[in-house]
Formats: sequence, C-alpha cells, structure tokens
Amino acid sequence: MRRYVIRRVGLAVLTLAGIVVLVFMVTHILPGNPALVQAGGYANAHTLHVIERQMGLNRSLAAQFGSYLGNIAHGNLGTSYTTGNTVAHDLLTRLPATAELAVASTILATSVGVPLGVAAGLRAGSVTDWAGRTGAIIGTSIPLYWLGLVLIVVFYGKLHIAPAPTGEVNPFAAVPPSYTHSLILDSLLSGNWPTFFDTLRHLALPAITLGIVETAPILKITRSATLEVAGSDYVRTARAYGLSRWEILKSDVLRNVAPKALTALGIVFGFLLGGSILVERIYDWPGIGLYAWNAVTTTDYDAIQGYILLVGLMYVLLNLAIDLLYAVADPRIRFGSAGGGPRNRPPPARFGRRVISPPSIERH
Amino acid sequence: MGLTGAGFGAGRPDGTGPAAGPGRSARLRSELRQHPSLVVGGVLAAATLIVAIAGHIAPPHNPLALSPGHALAPPGPAHWFGTDQFGRDVFSRVLYGLGMDVAIGLIVAALAFAVGCAAGLVAGYLGGWVDDIVMRVTDILMSFPSFLLALSIAVVLGNTVRNVIIAVTIAYVPYILRLTRGSVLAVRGADYVLGARAVGASRSRVMTLHVLPNTVGPSVVQATLLVGWAILDVSGLSFLGVGIQPPSPELGVQIAQGASYITSGQWWVSVFPGVAIILAVLAVNFLGDYADDKLRGRGS
Repeated sequence: MRRYVIRRVGLAVLTLAGIVVLVFMVTHILPGNPALVQAGGYANAHTLHVIERQMGLNRSLAAQFGSYLGNIAHGNLGTSYTTGNTVAHDLLTRLPATAELAVASTILATSVGVPLGVAAGLRAGSVTDWAGRTGAIIGTSIPLYWLGLVLIVVFYGKLHIAPAPTGEVNPFAAVPPSYTHSLILDSLLSGNWPTFFDTLRHLALPAITLGIVETAPILKITRSATLEVAGSDYVRTARAYGLSRWEILKSDVLRNVAPKALTALGIVFGFLLGGSILVERIYDWPGIGLYAWNAVTTTDYDAIQGYILLVGLMYVLLNLAIDLLYAVADPRIRFGSAGGGPRNRPPPARFGRRVISPPSIERH
Repeated sequence: MGLTGAGFGAGRPDGTGPAAGPGRSARLRSELRQHPSLVVGGVLAAATLIVAIAGHIAPPHNPLALSPGHALAPPGPAHWFGTDQFGRDVFSRVLYGLGMDVAIGLIVAALAFAVGCAAGLVAGYLGGWVDDIVMRVTDILMSFPSFLLALSIAVVLGNTVRNVIIAVTIAYVPYILRLTRGSVLAVRGADYVLGARAVGASRSRVMTLHVLPNTVGPSVVQATLLVGWAILDVSGLSFLGVGIQPPSPELGVQIAQGASYITSGQWWVSVFPGVAIILAVLAVNFLGDYADDKLRGRGS
C-alpha cells in the first residue's frame, strides 16, 4: 500500500510539473503575441516594444520561465487586465459558485444514474437495460449548451416556471454579507430566506442541464460494474446458500459496485470543468467558467493561464484522491498483490465520455 | 427491484473467451440486442449524409444571403425552419452547417487516428525511453478535460477552421495513442511477432505488417466515436466564439447567434441547428456502440 501511495503521489507531482510547463509553453512558445493583444491591433512598433518589455517578453525563455515559476510558487497568477484584480483573487471568489453547480448537478446525476445503472446491470438484456443503454447514448449525443438553451425556452419561455437566466439570483434580491462567496451558503448562514430560495430556483436549470449529461457516464459505469459483480462466483455462491435477494444486493452487489461508481465521479468531474464554461455562459452563472469565457473573449492571457492551471491542479488532485480511495476500498491494492493498482480503474475518460479500452483494461 | 435468478445468471463479465462464451439463448439475445444499434446508427448516418450532401448541392435558399426584410420569421411554408436575425433561411443554413460539421468531425477523427496510431505503435513497440517520454506527455495532455485543452490551444492558435481542427485533434490524439500502445504491448511478445523477427524482418516491417493489423481494432472503434466528440467540441468552441467564426453557417455559430433571441420567443434560430448536431452525433454513437460490441466478441 505504501509503495503504491508513493508511486501514485509521485506521478501526480510529475503531472503537475508537466502542466505548469505546458501552460507556460502554450502562451510563450506557440505563435501568438500577448503584448500585441494588450497593445491592440493599431499599436506601432515602438509601443509594442515598450509593452513587450513591461511584460518581460524580451528576456530569454529560461529567464521568463524562472520568474513564472517563482510567481506560481508564491500563489501569484498575475493580474487580469479586464477586472483589475489579481487572477488568484478572481478565481477564488468565483470558485464557490462553480462548486454549487458541480455539487448540485452531481447529486442529481448520481441519484438517477446509480439506481438506473444497478437495475440495468442486474437485468442485462431486459427493457430496463435497453432503456438505460439507449438513454446513455442519447445523453452523450446532446450538445450541453443547446440543452441549456432548450430548457430555458421550455421552462422560462413557455411554462414560466423557471426564473430568467440572469445568474445566481434576481438582480433586485438583497445580497447577504459574503462569508464564503457562495451565495447559497451565505444566505443560509445569515438567515436570508428569500435570497436563499431565489438562488435555489436559479440553480435548478443549470444544475439539471449539467446533471442530464452527467448521468450518462455514471449510468454506464455502474451498469457494467453491476453486470460483472452479478455474474461473479461470490454472488452465485450467495444465491446457492439461499440468501435473500435484498441481502445479496446489499452486501455483495452494492459493496462491490460502490468503488467503481466512485471512479465515475472522476470522469464526471472532468466533464463538469469542461461543461461549466458552456453552462455558466448560458445562464450567466458567475463561476470560474464564465470568468474563463470572459478571459477568452478579451484575450486576457493571465486570467486564461490561471484558469487552466487551476483546472489542471483540481483535476489531478481529484484523480489522485479517487485512486487512493479506490486503493483503500480494494484490498488487492491495499495489500499490494498482483493485478491491482490503477490498472483496475477504468481508463481515464475525460469530459465524461466513453473510452474504448484495450482488452486488458476494464471498460465502462 | 426484482432480483430474478435469471437476472443474476445473465450478467457475465465482458470479454469472456469463446470457450466460456454465453450459451445459445444468450447469444441470440445479444445478437438481437446488438442489431438495433446498427440499424438505428445506419439509418441516422444515412439520413445525416443525404441531408448534408443535399444541403451542399441544392439548398432551398442561399445559406449566406441576407434578407433583412424577413428577419426572425417563424417557421412556415416559405422558410421551414424560419429565418434568423439577418433574414437568412435557417433550414438552408442547418443543412449546410451539418455538412460542414460532419466533414470537420471526419477530418479530426482521421487525423487523430493516424497520429495516435503511429505514435502509439512506435512507443509501445520500441519501449524504453521513447515510450517513457511519449507516455508522460500523454499523461499531461490527459490531465485536462479534452474540451478545455482544445479550447486553450484554439485560443492561442487563433480562430480559423484549420486551427480549430488542429486544436481538437491534439486534444484527441492521447486517447488513440494510449489505446494503440496498450494493444501493442499485449501482442509485442506474441509468437507471430517473434517469428517474424526470427526470420529477419526489419523493425518497421514487423511493426506495420504484423503488429499494426492486430492492434488497430480498438482504435478504429474509438476513432468512430471521435467523429461525434469532434462535432460536439467544434460546435461548442464555435458557440463560445473561439472556434469557427460568423458568418459561417457552422451549427455552433448558429446556436450562438440565436441564443440572444431565446428568451424573447424566437427559439427556432438556435433549436434547429442543435437538432442537426444530435442527429449526426447519435448516428456516430450508435454505430460506435455496435462496433464496440462486435470488437468485444459480444453477439455473433
């Protein structure tokens, strides 16, 4: 177990270092000139040169990389020239809004996807199974941003149930003091019920949009894990012993499906990060996705870099946590026997998609 | 939920070999089960291609022709899908845009397949430091959600169709690469490979004639799915304004242009292009599902 943990943590550190280099490379080595962006298309050569000097772009790549590393080590991600704040501040104050969306949509997707996946896996070939598989295929075929717009058309435009897509709360609501930068928590903590419920109402559509598309990978992984467990020797033995169905479901099936369902969360999280930029843009939800979109449209290099770095960091850490949790849940890894290890996890399917795996790796 | 005995028995882990394969009735069942995917996927794919080609050969209206007098007309006999804010015919634009997105999806998948297979083959077969370097780079690329990776590259490269294709391809190469490498590792020590080496076949000959044909299967299936991913991602990038630019009738561009009119009731500008995307991606995903079943030896 210890050897596994050390190796896994080492790999994560290596990946993080790679991400830092990649982010630096993307903005410094690829064609495209940040100084030109800041100066504007009509700047003359002299102005451009001055701005290049200000931004340190005239120094050697090694020197630039050195100061870049130093800045990151101090938590300094630069300054956004559109908001005027430091990028670190901008990201940290916006992260809670994205977290609200992530938590709400994941709760929705899990509470639908896991039971459906287990039901489909237990009755392979049945109507439930067919419906689940087809639903998952359809779920991975819908453009997220389009789904968001359609939900607005139906629930706001036609049925008038949902509020206008204007962010977290209606513009006239009393804003509670900011303890956590999460409007839901803040209004809850300060007992501001009208704002609290209004925020929940605003949260509904974006969370459902993300939730619908997130359900597909969760369902798929749960289904194939259940399918495998249900055909295993220990379930057959348990049935032979005459244990009740509920008993088998509880102690054999669910216990063995749970760790695999956990790994689905890693996939869903990557999807959330990619999808949040689209969903937040549509619903004007003030999280890091909307921030990134603003940064992209104004070519705010520091903000884009900071965002990518944050996303990469969160993603690597989450996958590390899942791998370690998986190891705790799976004795084959905990006791370091052969056949365990991260190879037992489904292969990474970034952005919540199915990845066909080679025969040696388990598929989902 | 009813846990019937048959339910438990029917659930076999994937990938059981022929010797331990499912019985006759289960085979029949899975045969029936795999066919709907092929039928649905085939029909949808044919429909997509016909519609897209028709839209390029004989669109009912010019997809780029402005007609401000007829702006935002609702769907009707003159304009089946209505018109957008510049009076352009949404139906013609959807047909044209569908062809564009499908073509881009195919190009991206083909490029990612070619690059990923070649790199995965070399890394897996040669092993050693080549493999180490290739796999570390792959790990790093895969530590971003692919949509965000494509987005960052597209932002830096700039918005042209070519750059968007490059950006999305780079984001997808790791998936094919990893898959190919995994399969190569599995067959590297196989008897037929050792045999070919023993009779003095050159390294490149062994790789291309013996290893590649036996490892390409999973990558082909994955590449099929990549067509769908690419359509979703390219239109998503265009929707955000970092992909293909207006006035191109690309589907994501159209959805973005209609987004401002969603809340005021003119839904058709955005909704119809999205339906076209779903049509194309569903076709690919159903075909991919079928190919996946086939590859895994499920069914006949």
